[in-house]
Amino acid sequence: MHSADRLARLFLLPLFLFVAAFFLLPMVRLVGVAGSGPNGLAEYLAILTNPRHLATLLATLALSAAVTAATLAIGTVVALFLARNRFVGRPLLVSLLTLPLAFPGVVVGFMVILLAGRQGLLSSLSMGLGMGRWVFAYSMAGLFAGYVYFSLPRVLVTLMAAVEKLDPALEEAARSLGASRAQVMRDVTLPGIAPALMASGAIAFATAMGAFGTAFTLATRIDVLAMTIYTEFTLNANFATAAALSIALGLITWMVLALTRNFAGSGVAAAG
Amino acid sequence: MNRGAAITVASCGKTFADGTRALSPLDLDVRAGETLVLLGPSGCGKTTLLRLIAGLEAPDAGGHIRFDGADVTALPIEKRNVGMVFQSYALFPNMSVIDNVAYGLRVRGMAQAARRAQAAGVLEMMRIGALAQRRIDQLSGGQRQRVALARALAVEPRVILLDEPLTALDAALREHLRGEIDALLKRLAITAIYVTHDQAEALALGDRIVVMRNGAIAQVGTPRDVYFRPADDFVADFVGVTNRLTGTLKNGRFETAAGVVPLPQDLVPPAAPSGPGAVRLLFRPEAARLASPADTPLVFEVVQVEFQGARQKVTLKDPAGARILVEAPADGLLVPGAAVGLILDPARISLA
Repeated sequence: MHSADRLARLFLLPLFLFVAAFFLLPMVRLVGVAGSGPNGLAEYLAILTNPRHLATLLATLALSAAVTAATLAIGTVVALFLARNRFVGRPLLVSLLTLPLAFPGVVVGFMVILLAGRQGLLSSLSMGLGMGRWVFAYSMAGLFAGYVYFSLPRVLVTLMAAVEKLDPALEEAARSLGASRAQVMRDVTLPGIAPALMASGAIAFATAMGAFGTAFTLATRIDVLAMTIYTEFTLNANFATAAALSIALGLITWMVLALTRNFAGSGVAAAG
Repeated sequence: MNRGAAITVASCGKTFADGTRALSPLDLDVRAGETLVLLGPSGCGKTTLLRLIAGLEAPDAGGHIRFDGADVTALPIEKRNVGMVFQSYALFPNMSVIDNVAYGLRVRGMAQAARRAQAAGVLEMMRIGALAQRRIDQLSGGQRQRVALARALAVEPRVILLDEPLTALDAALREHLRGEIDALLKRLAITAIYVTHDQAEALALGDRIVVMRNGAIAQVGTPRDVYFRPADDFVADFVGVTNRLTGTLKNGRFETAAGVVPLPQDLVPPAAPSGPGAVRLLFRPEAARLASPADTPLVFEVVQVEFQGARQKVTLKDPAGARILVEAPADGLLVPGAAVGLILDPARISLA
């Protein structure tokens, strides 16, 4: 027994080394760098005390929340439809929908420009209709479109698996008891896929908080946190601020996810 | 509880979108208040028929379903007021036991206090009142089964539909709950349609049994009809062990290699008996009595005896080598090779 335990511990060693090399050491270094600037330890609070950084943080949070909500809404509808309908071309459609998984953020940004940039599709369309030039690629709306496009496949894959795992008899049972379609959705389907909604929503939120490639392509006139960190780091050589902002970004994202999980957990317990 | 509805299924067939014929057009009358069992192997169409009656599937064009004479073919399940119990129970995992049972009342707009009181009453009737506040994942299989039944009954449906409700339970519990369900359905006098592939369940629960095969009805009858007078070989084999003797009909008697069997007047011979060996006589292992060879014109040779305490299973063979199985009281000592007479109960034999 004991030697088997020791052996198991030995097998955990590579995992420990991996965590140390790629997670613990860089984090410690980051914390150290953040506190070594001219402002000392106060730098940690820069994200809250500097009005510009605070505004950026709030904008990034709002954008990420909106992206998460939109992605989950679209993802739920599409996942329910795809999981329950079999038609010619369905496998092709599913693989097309998951195609953006392979795109880096920069490509997604490029596609948003093709769609909503000055020479983009929507621009020529709206000009042709005499409704002025629609350009939103370089605004929050452009980032929003890009992030939703980027997150949708990940959310969709998770939600489709959850819907397919849902016992169809649950919805049939609710209907046999007289529930309308909307009541079945509210009382059975959505609670049934709630864990998947929570998990994929968390991924969409975290991705939007930290996404860089798309922001790098589109955020020329607006500030999101990832861009600010990049600017402080490369252009201003302000390592301490960049490190402090990075830590804040990580902590806040982690906190929001933990809170959501907590809330969802107690919500499920209260319902049960 | 209100009285159950009578159900008429009129030329209802079901062909699925991919062209699979699940059900050939068939007619069936379910009497108000009776327990009708749909029995058959998997893929025989029994679940499809249940889902047509429930309103979860629509029959092919031309098919009609009536509840108490009113055509409900176009009504979806949520408008038919049927209670349904699923093989997986399909209890809502995000609700407590009492909220599950009260759900049908909730979607009908009943106030919380009233619906909880009514649901608690149903739980008491099922003798699981103590479980009201439990979560579904804290229940055993048998408890889940009772909650599923309580939930289906709480809305006082006109019909209760049960889709293999005991299949997921172990044998001992299955038998126990079978008795409970039987007593409950009889007491409520609600129309019940019960789908199973288990012949023992069908025989124990059904007022009538519908045996199905390949999307069609093979036989409709009381459990005794189906068991002792099966319509054909398929029914005979599906509802239990069947002995077959080959022979001919002559002067109201059945002549076979082991001897002669007198036939009762009411036994209908098959449509076109012709030539020797054309007719087969079917009987169950317990529809025969062992006797002295001197007392009966039907004599076999003992092949094997399996002692089971109160009873014994005796394998016999006739001079032509055909084997049959007889279940008899374990009072006489039989030895392989001995000759033994057999007396068949005339009320429990059939011809095919």
